[in-house]
Amino acid sequence: MRILLPLASVLLVIAAAALAFVASDYRLFQLTMVVVYAVAILGLALVTGFNGQISLGHGAFYAVGAYVTAILMSLYDVPYWATLPVSAVVCAVIGFLIGLPALRLGGLYLALTTFALAVATPQLLKYKLFEGWTGGVQGLTLDKPDPPFGLQINADQWLYLFTLGVGVVLFILAGNLVRGRIGLAMRAIRDHPLAAEATGIDVALFKTRTFAVSAMFTGIAGSLGAIAVGFVAPDSFTVLLSITLFVGLVVGGVASIAGPVFGGVFIAFLPNVAEEISKAAPGAVYGVVLIAFMYLLPSGVAGGLGRLLRRAA
Amino acid sequence: MDEFLHQVLSGIASGGIYASVALALVMIFQATHHVNFAQGEMAMFSTYIALALIQAGVPYWGAFAITVTASMVIGAVIQRVLLTPMAGSPVLASVGVFIGLLLIFNSVAGWLFGYTLKQFPSPFEGPPVLGGFVTRHDLGSTAVTLVVLAGVYVFFRFTNLGLAMRAAAYNPVSSRLMGIRVGFMLSLGWGLAAGIGAVAGMMIAPVVFLDPNMMSGVLLYAFAGALLGGIANPLGAVFGGFAIGIIENLAGAYIVGSELKLTLALVIIVVVLTVRPAGLFGRVVVSRV
Repeated sequence: MRILLPLASVLLVIAAAALAFVASDYRLFQLTMVVVYAVAILGLALVTGFNGQISLGHGAFYAVGAYVTAILMSLYDVPYWATLPVSAVVCAVIGFLIGLPALRLGGLYLALTTFALAVATPQLLKYKLFEGWTGGVQGLTLDKPDPPFGLQINADQWLYLFTLGVGVVLFILAGNLVRGRIGLAMRAIRDHPLAAEATGIDVALFKTRTFAVSAMFTGIAGSLGAIAVGFVAPDSFTVLLSITLFVGLVVGGVASIAGPVFGGVFIAFLPNVAEEISKAAPGAVYGVVLIAFMYLLPSGVAGGLGRLLRRAA
Repeated sequence: MDEFLHQVLSGIASGGIYASVALALVMIFQATHHVNFAQGEMAMFSTYIALALIQAGVPYWGAFAITVTASMVIGAVIQRVLLTPMAGSPVLASVGVFIGLLLIFNSVAGWLFGYTLKQFPSPFEGPPVLGGFVTRHDLGSTAVTLVVLAGVYVFFRFTNLGLAMRAAAYNPVSSRLMGIRVGFMLSLGWGLAAGIGAVAGMMIAPVVFLDPNMMSGVLLYAFAGALLGGIANPLGAVFGGFAIGIIENLAGAYIVGSELKLTLALVIIVVVLTVRPAGLFGRVVVSRV
């Protein structure tokens, strides 16, 4: 069992990479967005699933990441790959600052504050003082990056492989983080803050740092998303984005590293399927699915699958 | 000075709306320690019911009464069906259910009534009053919200049912031993909260126009008002709601402009939580270890 899981993961990544050479360009774009959403949800999972701090505003960090990349690429001609570290640092700092006041308080207050942040985000992005950078209501348009080193693949294939590569690295990092001492402290704070404090864990510091790391992951996802879509505008980052990430988290499984992958698949493909019924359908399906998971499968798809596997073994 | 007075008065009118929604939030928070993220969307949905009734030819105040009653039933049913099994489950589960409700109300409203902005009639038509300072709708809606708030106060303070509801929220176990049907009281509380929200929705709709996202800003101000007054204190929440209405109007006119009004609510929330987490009138909650 110990060797089985890493082996399965490696095979899965190889299979995912192989898809680049068989899927159509449109499917490749969708698969790229699956990876983007999976990374964004992974960030949310770190803070909400592993640390017990409910965030309903991670769409804001996604937006910051997307805008950092878009501004650097379109105004300062920075190459797309070089924008990722910048956006990681910016989002981590903003996450830390927002975490400072909110994390001193109970879980509900953080949920409230981050919800307010998510509602206010489009307005902040439209604000006229920043218009010189953000392009205001119109937003910014980005060029699709070309494959490097003269590789004989098209831009969509390269974009997918690049995003997948970054995503795999981030998932390995998050997995190691959660398995180690820091992850143990994160979960101790979630399960029993008082006992955690008694064993010498600086609860407030750990919470704020976890929030920063989480914002960093989701911010990098925003950068990857901006490169993939080639366009950013304030109205793509409404409160609905934050809620969608939350839905993906719950569907995949809150405290799981594999969960965000299922969540990413769900929120990337569901709107396409549901919108054929009606414009209102995706929201309604999200709502019903969210409530149903809370009652029937609180540990999400990953938790459910894990239980099935253990029963089979 | 005239302009200033005008801003304050119209701040009081919108403050009444925020105070109502804040009161609805606090009622549910006191009884169950849940924050109902769907409170705004429920009010929006109620307002659509009222519009449908008015368009079907029901006179305004008839539609008003039917809407409030229907909203109370919807609220009580939601509590019975969805929230009762949630008692004692982790915070994440209840937040998930409320966000699910928010999504369902929002998309069902969009599906049934469409996403276009709709005009909503006001029962208070006519030229501005008090020397042209206040629109008749502002005056009327302030009066209506004050009547509702006073009614809620009287109900909780001076009736046996109100006393029983306060007891059920304050100490459910002892209340049950005293023969109070705690589950019924919780449903009733949800019904009342939904009814208050419905009134707030019908009063704000003529000002901001009706669409499925009408209440997202109002909910944010109500959060800010509830936190400012103290989320565990109904009177404080009402005060906070009015205060936020005035602050919003003054700041919108003189400081931040109308483009950053939502950000202002966010800033107020963060400042209150940092400086005085219990709110102006709340007690600091000390939990026994």
